[in-house]
Amino acid sequence: MSMDIFMQHLLNGISVGSLYALIAIGYTMVYGILLLINFAHGDIFMMASYFMIFAVVDFGMPIWIAIPLIILLTVILGMLLERSAYKPLREAPRMSIMISAIGASFLLENLATYLFSGVPKGYPDIPWLTKVVNIGNVSFQIVTVVAPVLVIFILIGLMWLVNHTKTGMAMRAVSKDFETARLMGIKINTVIAATFAIGSGLAAVGSVLWGAKYSSVYPLMGVMPGLKCFVAAVFGGIGNIPGAVLGGIVLGLGETMLVAFFPGLTGYRDAFAFVLLIVMLLVRPNGLLGEKSTDKV
Amino acid sequence: MKKKLLAVLMVAAMTVATLAGCGKSSDGAASASADSGDVIKIGVFEPLTGENGGGGSQEVDGIKYANQVYPEVLGKKIELVVVDNKSDKGEATTAATRLVEQEGVVAVLGSYGSGVSIAAGDIFKNAKVPAMGCSCTNPMVTQGNEYYFRTCFLDPFQGTVMANYCTQQGFTKAAVVYQNGDDYSTGLANFFKTAFTEAGGEIVNEGVIQTNDSDYNSILTNIKSSGAEVIFAPSSIQVAGAFIKQARALGIDALICAGDTWENEAIIDVAGEAANGIVLSTFYDENDASASDEAKKFVPGFKEYLGGDDNIIPAVSALGYDAYCVVRDAIERAGSTDGDAIRQALVDTKEFVGVTGAIKFDENGDADKSVAIVKTVENGEFKYLDTVEVAK
Repeated sequence: MSMDIFMQHLLNGISVGSLYALIAIGYTMVYGILLLINFAHGDIFMMASYFMIFAVVDFGMPIWIAIPLIILLTVILGMLLERSAYKPLREAPRMSIMISAIGASFLLENLATYLFSGVPKGYPDIPWLTKVVNIGNVSFQIVTVVAPVLVIFILIGLMWLVNHTKTGMAMRAVSKDFETARLMGIKINTVIAATFAIGSGLAAVGSVLWGAKYSSVYPLMGVMPGLKCFVAAVFGGIGNIPGAVLGGIVLGLGETMLVAFFPGLTGYRDAFAFVLLIVMLLVRPNGLLGEKSTDKV
Repeated sequence: MKKKLLAVLMVAAMTVATLAGCGKSSDGAASASADSGDVIKIGVFEPLTGENGGGGSQEVDGIKYANQVYPEVLGKKIELVVVDNKSDKGEATTAATRLVEQEGVVAVLGSYGSGVSIAAGDIFKNAKVPAMGCSCTNPMVTQGNEYYFRTCFLDPFQGTVMANYCTQQGFTKAAVVYQNGDDYSTGLANFFKTAFTEAGGEIVNEGVIQTNDSDYNSILTNIKSSGAEVIFAPSSIQVAGAFIKQARALGIDALICAGDTWENEAIIDVAGEAANGIVLSTFYDENDASASDEAKKFVPGFKEYLGGDDNIIPAVSALGYDAYCVVRDAIERAGSTDGDAIRQALVDTKEFVGVTGAIKFDENGDADKSVAIVKTVENGEFKYLDTVEVAK
């Protein structure tokens, strides 16, 4: 393999990995706080892509207005979902919330199919992200390098939020002990709503980058990223934000390198993600950066 | 974990399916009383959701329009019973069983996508309900199944057409990309490989795409390094647009071509300027001057039915229209709704003139079509390139 081609693969891997990371953060934050795997997360990401199409194609908005708007809309959708599908079940067994999450996921997918049809739609072109750059024999879109940089900034921002703000402190408290945090006067519902807002907002940011890179929007587009990012979150240690980012990047790079070095195994790309998950669960159930959980009596 | 998740998903899916069934059967019950009297039911077995939901809906459009134009047979009204096979082989058998057992249809139209058609084939065969595929091109659909017919050409033919086109253009190195577990895609890719190597070409790279995957950069990077001059990538419309766009973004300037599924506006919508220059084979061209009178009536009529958009008419809609008409014609000639009688009438079909040309069936039940249309995309529009005839 020539250097050019290797660099190309490396770039592909890092950029797809960063996109996984952005979505995985949403999974991991919700899990950290509610111990709930929000299966509808991938579908919120899908809805964000449709919002963008409506904003730009149907309402003719300029991109710089559309992006903040769709982030806002997606945040509202995420909070609405939490309000209607998860909040009423706060005291119910955890299994019920999980089933409610699966139901919400199906609802969003089928609603999208019903409303927008299964025919893929093109994502609006964002010239400053989709422009192709050539360096030697390596070609890539600007978004390919924007994604990892953005992920690093978001990670730093989130770590600051979690460790140095009041909301962050409340989040940490809730994730440590739900009941005690409530007794201490922390408004649980506000903290949970904030978590969903952040997760959904990041899913919207992810959808903009995803759309610029892959450009195809259809009702089931959230399924595979959803599953893979869930794997990434578990791999990095679910509940741990840097872990989700690391998990996403390792997964993206791993998949790409599998295809690069073992072309005969291209058909096993998805299998790779799940084998990785199984091995991780066997060897280190708490994930790469996960803390060891101590059972409370 | 994944298994558990899958199990939960399955349960959820089944619940939804059962509920959907409830909804349907209640209005089915209302029409059941009328059923014995003045309605003949024809099943429409198509994917409305899932990977092929887009193409399936277009085929259903053609069938529904045909039903509007020719609503009656044997003096009775034809009622279309549309079931969604969800582009999934498991769901396909459930949907097919519902058509023959619960709905009691006399014939079935569909499906878009060969895999689901193959999966449901035995159900139609055992129930002795004739099925008419519209655009399922894999040979296995009708092989060994005397109740399955189809109105389109087959993949060995289509693969040969594209391989010949590529060799005629002077290309000798091809890369082939196909979708894992998709009978249409893998079948067509194989027939292309065979035909291309027979014509003296070389297959330099093979890529496999996973279901619901949207990142093809790693496969494409491998293709880029293999020096392929042409990429043959038969795939669903969901894959196509993103695939083309990513290939061009990686600086690949090889010719990208595929089969009939790619004749769809959605691909141009998704790929934008990158779509210019792709080549595909298809069943039908709406601007064909030598078309039948039926076709000349169909083009404006169907466009109006779709709502006056001046988009191109998808070939699968035309095939859906033809499938409906040829089955209706067979029921008329059979003079009864008995499965075997309709089957025999289909076998006896001689030069039924449809929108996509004259239709008669060979011993496998395949439409005897030896002409394919090759199209390209120019300035964001599909453009007729060539008509290719291959002797069988």
